[in-house]
Amino acid sequence: MRTNLAGFLKIPIFVKRNFLIKYYSMSKVIKIKKGLDIKLKGTAEKIISQAEPSSFYAVKPIDFPGITPKLAARADDKVKVGSVLFFDKLRPEIKFTSPVSGVVQAVNRGERRRILEVIVESDGKNESIDFKAGDPGAMSPQEVKQKILDAGLWPAIRQRPYNVIARPDSEPKAIFISGFDSAPLAPDMDFIVKGQNNSFQRGIDVLKKLTKGEVHLSLNSAYPPSDVFTGAKGVNIHYFNGPHPAGVPGIQIHHIDPINKGEVAWYINPQEVIMIGRLFETGKYNTTKIIALTGSEVKKPLYYKVTGGTSIEALIKDNLKGSNLRYISGNALTGSRINKIGFLGYYDSQLTVIPEGDHYEMFGWVLPGLKKFSLSHSYPTWLMPGKEYRIDTNLKGGVRPFVLTGDYEKVFPMDIYPMQLLKAIIVEDIEKMEALGIYEIGEDDFALCEFVCASKIEIQSIVRQGLDLMIKELE
Amino acid sequence: MNSIRRFVDKIKPNFEKGGKFPFLLSTFEAFETFLFVPNIVTKKGSHIRDAMDMKRTMIVVVIALVPALMFGMWNGGYQNSLALGIERTLLENFWFGFLRIFPILVVSYVVGLGTEFIFAQIRNHEVAEGYLVSGILIPMVLPIDTPLWMVAVATIFAVVIGKEVFGGVGMNILNPALTARAFLFFAYPTYMSGDFVWIKGLMKGEGIVDGFSGATALGQAAINEPLLNTSGNTMSGMDMFMGTIPGSIGETSTIAILIGAIFLIYTGVGSWKIIFSVFAGGAAMGLLLNLFGGNALMEIPFWQHLMLGGFAFGAVFMATDPVSASQTDRGKWIYGFLIGVLAIIIRVLNPAFPEGVMLAILLMNVFAPLIDHYVIEAHIKRRLKRAKVSTNANSI
Repeated sequence: MRTNLAGFLKIPIFVKRNFLIKYYSMSKVIKIKKGLDIKLKGTAEKIISQAEPSSFYAVKPIDFPGITPKLAARADDKVKVGSVLFFDKLRPEIKFTSPVSGVVQAVNRGERRRILEVIVESDGKNESIDFKAGDPGAMSPQEVKQKILDAGLWPAIRQRPYNVIARPDSEPKAIFISGFDSAPLAPDMDFIVKGQNNSFQRGIDVLKKLTKGEVHLSLNSAYPPSDVFTGAKGVNIHYFNGPHPAGVPGIQIHHIDPINKGEVAWYINPQEVIMIGRLFETGKYNTTKIIALTGSEVKKPLYYKVTGGTSIEALIKDNLKGSNLRYISGNALTGSRINKIGFLGYYDSQLTVIPEGDHYEMFGWVLPGLKKFSLSHSYPTWLMPGKEYRIDTNLKGGVRPFVLTGDYEKVFPMDIYPMQLLKAIIVEDIEKMEALGIYEIGEDDFALCEFVCASKIEIQSIVRQGLDLMIKELE
Repeated sequence: MNSIRRFVDKIKPNFEKGGKFPFLLSTFEAFETFLFVPNIVTKKGSHIRDAMDMKRTMIVVVIALVPALMFGMWNGGYQNSLALGIERTLLENFWFGFLRIFPILVVSYVVGLGTEFIFAQIRNHEVAEGYLVSGILIPMVLPIDTPLWMVAVATIFAVVIGKEVFGGVGMNILNPALTARAFLFFAYPTYMSGDFVWIKGLMKGEGIVDGFSGATALGQAAINEPLLNTSGNTMSGMDMFMGTIPGSIGETSTIAILIGAIFLIYTGVGSWKIIFSVFAGGAAMGLLLNLFGGNALMEIPFWQHLMLGGFAFGAVFMATDPVSASQTDRGKWIYGFLIGVLAIIIRVLNPAFPEGVMLAILLMNVFAPLIDHYVIEAHIKRRLKRAKVSTNANSI
C-alpha cells in the first residue's frame, strides 16, 4: 500500500516538474494561434549548389512601392558594382545601385513609360566602387546612414507605417528583424546565414546606431535556431511559435511593440543585415546571397548562391518539369510574377515555380476534391494534415463581393478587424482607416486573407491602394 | 468531359459580343461556370488560392439542408395519412410528400433563377450563386399546402425586394428566404397560419378522422390548449425532436436540422457562434418565462421551445446567413443571443405571431449593422487607449 502510494505521488511530481521547466523556458514565447501553413510540394533540399553565373542582372523599381524612379545611368553606360542606376525623385538620397560591374544593357519600360527594370550585362570582373570599410562604433549615426545610402543598401531597410523604404530622416522607435520565414516553401534562414556570424554581428552594430530604441530579433521556438542569431549581441531576442504568418515582420511588430499613430518602426531581412555588415567590413556593396529554388515543378529543389538581381535563366535551366509554368520571385503568397528569363527581386531569398492553372475543370466545385487544399473543411483533404500539395495558379472560382465573414479572422493574427479595414480602404475613409489600424499593416500581413477569400478579392492590392492613399493624403 | 468542353467552346462565340444571342451572355456564363471551374488564373497578389469559392460554399449549405428536406417529404405524407386515417408504408409516405413538395422546389428554382438571370443580364454581371441556397430555403419554410402561384410570387418578391434592390448578392440587409416567408405571412395569412394549412389536403376540406387536430404545437398553445400531436395524444419531447408533428416543410425535425448543423459547423461554412448563441438566448428566455408560468405558452418547458416551430431551423439555416448577420465575432454572439430571446418573447407574449423566429431574425438582420458598429467602436476605443498608454510610457 505504502509503495503504491509513493508511486502514485511520484508521477504527478514528475509531470509537474517537467511542466514547470517547460513553462519557464518557454515563458517568452509569443504564441500565434491564427494562421495557416500551406504545405506545397517542392521544399528545397539543404544543399548549396553553384549555378553558372548569369550574364544579366536587374534592379526593378517595381520592387519598391512608393518610389518614383529617376534614371542616373543610360543604356550602354559602363557601371561598377555600386554605381547608381536610378534614385528616388522625391528623396534623391535613396539610391539604387548596380549589383555587378559591366554595361547597362537596357531600360525596360511598361505602360505610360513606367520603368520596370534596369538591366546590367555583367563583365564578370566585379570591379567595385570602394565605399571604405569602417567601424560603426566609431562613427556618428549620420555617417553610418550616409554610407548605407551611398552603397545602395538603404532600400533594404523598410518601415511601417505604409510598408515602404524607410524614410532616412525618420526616427524609428525600434528596428525589427525576422529570423525565420514561415511562408509556403520558405527558405530556412538558419541554413542561409550559417557561418556568417561576424557579418551579421557587424550589421546589428550598424543598425544599433540607427535607432535610439531596441533592435528586436524574432526566432522560431519550434527548433533550436542558428548560433548566428542566438549568439548575436545587442539584440532583443523574441521567440514565436505558430503557423504562417508568424514569420512576417508586420505580425511580429504587432506582438512585440505595436505601431501607433505618429510612430515609425523599421524592419530588415537577415540576409540584408549581413550585406550591411559586409559593407562596413570590406567597403564593398556585395549582394551575394543564398536563395532557395522551390516549387512542385522544380526537378531538384536546392539552395543556390547568387548575386542580387540575377536572371533566373541559369538556375532553372534543365531543372523544370512541364512548360506551362508560373515563375515567382519570392513565395507563392506574396512574390512577384516574373518570366523565365526574369530577375530575382531585391528582397527575395526564394524562387517558386508552380503550374499555371489556365484550364477548365468539370464540376470542380461540387466534386469531393482529393487533391485540393482548403482552410474550410469542405474538402476531405483536411483529414490528411501531412499532405503536400501541387497547387496551380487557377483562381478557383468567380470574383464576388464580400459575402462570407469570419474567414479572414482565422488567418489574421492581429488585433485588427481585417474586413472592416478593407472596406474602409475601398470607400477611402481616411479617418476610419486610421482608427482601424492602417499604420500597422502591410500587404504581406493580408496575403493569407487573400488566399482564403472565397470571393476571390485581390486583397493585397486593396491594402497597397490604402497605403498609397495614406501617403498621398498625409505626407 | 472533353467533348462537352469542345461543345461549350463551340457555342460560346454565339453569346459573346457580336454573336447571335449577346443578351444571353450571363445566362450562358452561369451554365458554363456551373459545368466547369473557369480557366481564370491569379494576376496580382497571391499566386495560389484556396479551393473554396462561393459555389462550393453554397453547395455545402444545400447538402446540409438535405436531411431536413427528406424528412419533410416523408412527414408530409405521414401527417396526411394520420389526418385522413390512411395506412401507408414509409416509402409511400415519402412519395406522397415528394409529389407535393417537388413542384414547389421546381417553381422556386425556375422562378428565382429566372429573375436572377434577368437582373444579371440587365446589370451585366455574372449570375451569383446565392440563389442555390435561397431556392431550397424558401420551400422549406412554407406550409405544404401553399399554392404554387404563391410560391412564385413570394420568390420574385424575395429576389427583387429582398436582394436585387440593394445591389445583389452581398449587399442585402434582410435574409431573402425569410423575406419571402414574411411577405406571404402578411399578404396571405389564411394560407400561412391556422389549423389546416400544415397538412396536405385539409384546405380542400377532405374528410378527417375523429380526434384529429391539424394545428401546430404553438398554434394550440396560443389558444391555451394542451399540446396534442396529430393523433390526439399528448405531444412528447420525442415527437418534437424527431419531427413527427405538423409544421412547415423543413422545420419540424430537430434531429434532421441538427445533422445539417453539424455538417455546417464541421465544414466551417456556418458560424457555430451564431447557432449556439441563438439556442442559448432561446433557452435563457424560455427558462425565465417558465419561472413565471401563467398560460400554456409560458409553461412549455424551455427545452421544448427550442424544438418547436421554426426555432431550430431558423437558428441553423437562417440566422447564419453571413450577409444579413453580424460580421464581427463579438457581434455574432450578441446577434444570435438576441434572436433567441426575441423569438421566444414574440412567440409567447404575442400569441397572434406564434412564428416569432422569423420576425426575430428579420428584426435582428436590421440591427446587425448597428451591433457591428458598436463592436467596432469599442475596438477603436481600445486601440486608442493602447496608443495613449504607449505615448505615456515613452514620455517617462
